[in-house]
Amino acid sequence: MTTASRAVSTQERAAVLNVIHRQQRSLWIDAWERLRRNRFAMAGLVVVIVACVLAALAPLIAPYDPVAQDTPANNSSPFWEQGQYWDPRYVLGADQLGRDILSRLIWSARISIVIGFVPTAIVFSIGILVGMVAGFYGGIVDNLLMRLTDVVYAFPDLLFVIIIVTSLRATPIGEFLGGLILIFIALAVVSWVGVARLTRGQVLSLKEKEFVEAARAIGAGPGHIMRRHLLPNALAPLIVTAAFSVPSAMLAEAVLSFLGIGIRPPTPTWGVMINDGFVVFSTTPWPVLLPSICISIVMLSFTFLGDGLRDALDPRMKL
Amino acid sequence: MLKYVIRRLLLVIPTLFFVALITFVLAQAAPGSPFDKNETKPLPVATIERLNRFYGLDRPVYEQFVVFLGNAVRLDFGVSLQRDRSVNDIIGQGLPRTAQLGVMALFVALAVAIPLGVVSALKQNSAIDYASVFLSTIGTTIPSFVLAIVFIYFFGVLLKLLPFVGWGDGLDRRMIMPTVILALGPMAFLTRITLASMLEAIRQDYVRTARSKGLGEQVVIVTHVLKNALIPVATVLGPAAAALVTGSFIIETIFSVPGVGREYIRSILARDYPIIMGTTMLYAAVIVIANLTVDLVYGMLDPRIKVA
Amino acid sequence: MPELLEVKDLKTQFFTRDGVVRAVDGVSFELAAGETLGIVGESGCGKSVTALSLMRLIPQPPGKITQGSIMFDGQDVLKMDDDEVRGIRGNNIAMIFQDPMTSLNPVLTISRQITEALELHLKMDRAEARKRTVELLELVNIPSAKKRLDDYPHQFSGGMRQRVMIAMALSCNPKLILADEPTTALDVTIQAQILDLLKNLAREFRTAFILITHDLGVVAGMTQRIHVMYGGKIVEKADTNELFANPKMPYTWGLLRSIPRLDENRKAKLLPIEGLPPDLIAPPPGCRFEPRCQYRRDICREKEPELIGIPNAKADHEARCWGTQAGGWLVDSDWHRDVGDLAALDAIKAEVADLPPDVKRVEAADDDKKKGN
Repeated sequence: MTTASRAVSTQERAAVLNVIHRQQRSLWIDAWERLRRNRFAMAGLVVVIVACVLAALAPLIAPYDPVAQDTPANNSSPFWEQGQYWDPRYVLGADQLGRDILSRLIWSARISIVIGFVPTAIVFSIGILVGMVAGFYGGIVDNLLMRLTDVVYAFPDLLFVIIIVTSLRATPIGEFLGGLILIFIALAVVSWVGVARLTRGQVLSLKEKEFVEAARAIGAGPGHIMRRHLLPNALAPLIVTAAFSVPSAMLAEAVLSFLGIGIRPPTPTWGVMINDGFVVFSTTPWPVLLPSICISIVMLSFTFLGDGLRDALDPRMKL
Repeated sequence: MLKYVIRRLLLVIPTLFFVALITFVLAQAAPGSPFDKNETKPLPVATIERLNRFYGLDRPVYEQFVVFLGNAVRLDFGVSLQRDRSVNDIIGQGLPRTAQLGVMALFVALAVAIPLGVVSALKQNSAIDYASVFLSTIGTTIPSFVLAIVFIYFFGVLLKLLPFVGWGDGLDRRMIMPTVILALGPMAFLTRITLASMLEAIRQDYVRTARSKGLGEQVVIVTHVLKNALIPVATVLGPAAAALVTGSFIIETIFSVPGVGREYIRSILARDYPIIMGTTMLYAAVIVIANLTVDLVYGMLDPRIKVA
Repeated sequence: MPELLEVKDLKTQFFTRDGVVRAVDGVSFELAAGETLGIVGESGCGKSVTALSLMRLIPQPPGKITQGSIMFDGQDVLKMDDDEVRGIRGNNIAMIFQDPMTSLNPVLTISRQITEALELHLKMDRAEARKRTVELLELVNIPSAKKRLDDYPHQFSGGMRQRVMIAMALSCNPKLILADEPTTALDVTIQAQILDLLKNLAREFRTAFILITHDLGVVAGMTQRIHVMYGGKIVEKADTNELFANPKMPYTWGLLRSIPRLDENRKAKLLPIEGLPPDLIAPPPGCRFEPRCQYRRDICREKEPELIGIPNAKADHEARCWGTQAGGWLVDSDWHRDVGDLAALDAIKAEVADLPPDVKRVEAADDDKKKGN
């Protein structure tokens, strides 16, 4: 045990000993390295960042007011079709009410991003809290949670969301911010149970581990154990789930708006735009196809990012 | 076995009860009466009162719920508020079409997903492997209504190959697009599961044992790998059924298929609560039964699960 | 005596992202019909891969047998087409795997898993095969064998499952059985039963077997000869009595020092082999054991010794060690007394002690990879 042998780097010693050596790094840096090597995930991340920037700067970037109607220019075609209905002011054309499609697409990103992140944040705060308590203490909370999940699992998410939204649409909550708040609530009510159940499962398996026993042995309180030991170790699958929950919330909004029970027109969202244009879809397809493309790109990006995060954080997780 | 089935069947009852309760409470929470929809020409107050009495809407809420439950047990969901027909009649008319659509879509999904998942697991990094990754990525991420729009645009509008409005009796060309689009989501999902569980099964020790016995590769795959790999696939058929149910009302609305799903969306837009209640209960029952069936089948497929 | 099995210069490699793992690096040995051989070494030294290579069961990719020949009954297994190899597997060479918990298919009945080989190789019909299966299960002492035919593996205990594996291996009267750590996953009390069963049945059927283990104690009464493997190479060959009485390689000394013995002074301490097994992607240039050897000299690092006959030993006793070969510094030393250069020992210990724990874990993970798991 000489100081000299301590002085050489781990790497050199490993080389001397001829054993395989990987540099020791924290789990998170390691995960980031793995994520960075995943080209699809990085492309997804870039798109997500761009979408966020567009959403944040929508009022500055969008060339026109997304709800302003320029009736003479209605149904003008996008620049690649030009022809007699082309209006050079509207790059991607205008819809049947003469609203600039480009501006509407940009403003829609704003709603989508908000819809994607806000309910996810709410859902995870509630779900993690309840799941931790249920998993850690068991008892009534745990029983209630399990029964509740049984019921919620018999209800397809979307069906549940639709019923909540339909019932409360005509209330003041339903009308607030064009229905945005109601969608937040509906998504949160439906999804927190799944997160709670996931957290509960993690906590159940973690709390038997030696390091939790050790923490308990040195007198750590339940709050400390939950915060410092259980949560950090349960975080990886939760982050992955969150990465998938963002696009599924966006999808829910798009479906609701497409069906006519989501965000109220004239507030533009991609779902609303598709709904608006769907009646005349066979004659003027672009007002419908363009938002469809936007949704697809954003959904794909989130999925790639989610897949990448899963592979990077928790390779054992399936699907 | 019988005991287990009975116990599981009994568990269905509280689940459906809570589904009914939640739906009912939410429907009650909706402000206003279903008869004040027409804002420009409101009905006379006396008429509304008469209508409320007729539909039992003037009685206390809990009483209404008890009445609803009592009727629901007898599979009677009342009469539509807007159309002069019973809910059963409306659902009964749409159900065969929706069921046909769902079953065909499930069949298409399985018929594509399982072979595709198996082949891409056996031939990693082949063209088929990439095709299945592509399919499952598209199918799981792009919303079905967007896929429907793209399909309608290419095959209906541009190429004029397939019709995209309506349904038919027996087998009809109009059924192709709705069925395929509805199948895509579950198909993608099932392909992913099949691939993952094949890859998992193929590297198990017992597969090496099977090879060490001198069995041919085909026998190894079919009797040793596939039999294990399909167990997880069977377990996700419950969620797949749920996906088909939620998918069906979007698809039926887009393609104007006169099924339960379209009635559901229509009733939601019209706030026709008896129909909403009836269809919701139907959907919940379908999903609960699908999950139950899957659990029982799982017990049969996997000898390690003690069903007793 | 015509050899049943003659392995010459076998090399099996795994092509991984980190580099080529030389799991088996030039292994040669022979086995006569009915003879029993033990292959001993730490995990990750290439024993299992050698066995799998004999049956061409190396998962490919990433694995590949890159060189050598495996003459079995006068035919080169490596030159056979796939059908011919399958004709040998289970029929002429059978294998018993380490973990009976995972080596039996959970969704097939015991009888199905035994009869499929009988139907395939011996062309029995279903009824005949079932009858034979009952006999086989009785042979391996499974109580009420007939009743348990249609049970599933999870209904059997670990020891019982390994008996089933032995029955399965014996089913087609193979000439050679490869037993890869057959008792490692079992309770100590069961281990002896299973080993006895294997030994007695092999004798009864005149079946040759190769017993692969990391535990010298296990092979002691089991096999006629023992080959010690280290780092993908055979480092010592001797018959069993000779190896225990007169080992000629510091690695074997290390193995012997690390097994508890009843016949020795109770105060004698068990001494582990310090250090870690070599990285088979870039093995040491000289003797593969040199980085962990407390008897090492400069030559050990510079040049690799051959596996050759050595002085002070039986004629067929070979070792791969500069020290014990003719003219070496260990020719006359008694391994019981001479514990080597203590400074070298301390240096090895110190180096390992300072390694972060994840290095050791990486090493373990790589063992799994080499086994093709």
